[in-house]
Amino acid sequence: MRVYHSVLKLRLLMGMQYRAAAIAGVATQFFWGFIIIMVFQAFYENAVTTPPISLKEIITYIWLQQAFLVFVTIWFRDNELFDLITSGNIAYELCRPCELYGFWYAKLLAQRLSSALLRCFPILIVAFFLPKPYDMTLPPSFTAFILFISSLILGLFLLVAVSMFMYISVFLTMSPTGSLLIFSVLGEFFAGLIIPVPLMPEWLQKIAYVLPFRWTADFPFRVYSGHIPQNDAIIGIVIQLAYILCLVWLGRLALNNILKKVVVQGG
Amino acid sequence: MSLYFKYLKILFKSQMQYRASFLLLMTGQFFIPFSVFAGLYFLFERFGQIRGWDFFEVALCFAVIHMAFAISECFARGFDMFSGMVVRGEFDRVLVRPRSTFIQVLGSKFEFTRFGRLLQSAVVLAWALGSLPLQWSPAKILTLILMITSGVLIFTGIFILQATMCFWTVQGLEVANIFTDGGREMAQYPLNIYQKWVARFFTYVIPFGTVNYLPLMYLLGKNNGNDLLYMLIPALGSLFILPCVLFWQLGVRHYRSTGS
Repeated sequence: MRVYHSVLKLRLLMGMQYRAAAIAGVATQFFWGFIIIMVFQAFYENAVTTPPISLKEIITYIWLQQAFLVFVTIWFRDNELFDLITSGNIAYELCRPCELYGFWYAKLLAQRLSSALLRCFPILIVAFFLPKPYDMTLPPSFTAFILFISSLILGLFLLVAVSMFMYISVFLTMSPTGSLLIFSVLGEFFAGLIIPVPLMPEWLQKIAYVLPFRWTADFPFRVYSGHIPQNDAIIGIVIQLAYILCLVWLGRLALNNILKKVVVQGG
Repeated sequence: MSLYFKYLKILFKSQMQYRASFLLLMTGQFFIPFSVFAGLYFLFERFGQIRGWDFFEVALCFAVIHMAFAISECFARGFDMFSGMVVRGEFDRVLVRPRSTFIQVLGSKFEFTRFGRLLQSAVVLAWALGSLPLQWSPAKILTLILMITSGVLIFTGIFILQATMCFWTVQGLEVANIFTDGGREMAQYPLNIYQKWVARFFTYVIPFGTVNYLPLMYLLGKNNGNDLLYMLIPALGSLFILPCVLFWQLGVRHYRSTGS
């Protein structure tokens, strides 16, 4: 455990070095947030039937999404692990005296965490003080907030477990792009990145609820705004835990199996 | 110009060497805007319309913008990836060759995988055009072509601006994505659904409005009078690239090699 902890800490410090990039990212995300909110505003203006989620909740949802974007996207701009696999440097990693799955898991977790920590505070703080229709609201109760925090953290763990499969598959295909691009586009769609899950048509919602993707981001965001009541939120957290255990177990199994067959060529 | 086509041919051949990877990437590129379009479709299924625009009208707008973006990303990729050229000091080599820097940088990279994107927007375009009750006339076809070309020129202009900034900052700036990716996302809806200040900025400063809104009104017969003006407005918007090219020339004179 201590090994993973120090990997986590090291990575966090490394991520914090890129402050300028983070500021640029924040500016971009504000712009995105505004654009998306304006589109929804226009849609809601002459809505014939009452939509299943209110505009206020959507706006909060969108700001949370922008603040925690790295908790949503399966694709994280980091090619280090891919390079390790395709270049054969994986041999060094295998020499380390700790299990590869846990080591990479800690690495990926720290990357996303450091990036999120840098970006979320400026976005959230400004979002609270924006003029009226665009501002973010506080959660309805303190319990909702606690539930939000715990589901968000579990969501991150779940997302990293999902993204591990992407790295594992590179062992087989040796090319990180293409098929993975399709996988991540689908995953992000079902996580509600393009349109929030409650606004999808019925049949699509059913699919989204079965897949693990929505539990990473869509679920905590809706807990925050109170769109998901507290009792359901507690059940949801149990489901999240179940998914994490299941996916981590599967991922470890797959990785260890593949590592047995790995052939490192010269170099 | 013949030099440009030679670049094109060589790069195409080199990308075709990895055929499987090329095809997979192309499919991936097909799916990215596809998921965005699916989102748009589902929103319309729920809400029916957006400030008086119905689904196919917006789909037309979406197709034009995404097509323009795909084409310019395919052909002006050299400018998009320019910061790498400056960081590695490769631009020095470009400067000593007896050809214009503009053509050389433009020809340094092509992303043919963007054809996937292009294909997707072409399908949407065909679907939208087939479903809209339009009265076709040569003038309207001309307008549609003008819209796409001018869109390509505007996106290319932004890519050039982004590249030129590298002469001062060396590293590429992520902020420029606001105008390329952000501009694309924004311009896929007709401009008048946004707040006044956004619409104004993107009409007078970066002229997306001249591509996606004003001529669209003419195409759909929503304008009142002044057909010729609405028709030719995209041509006006494409003038945006001229200052960009001038700025590029200015930037080249400021270039200081990074050495390595």
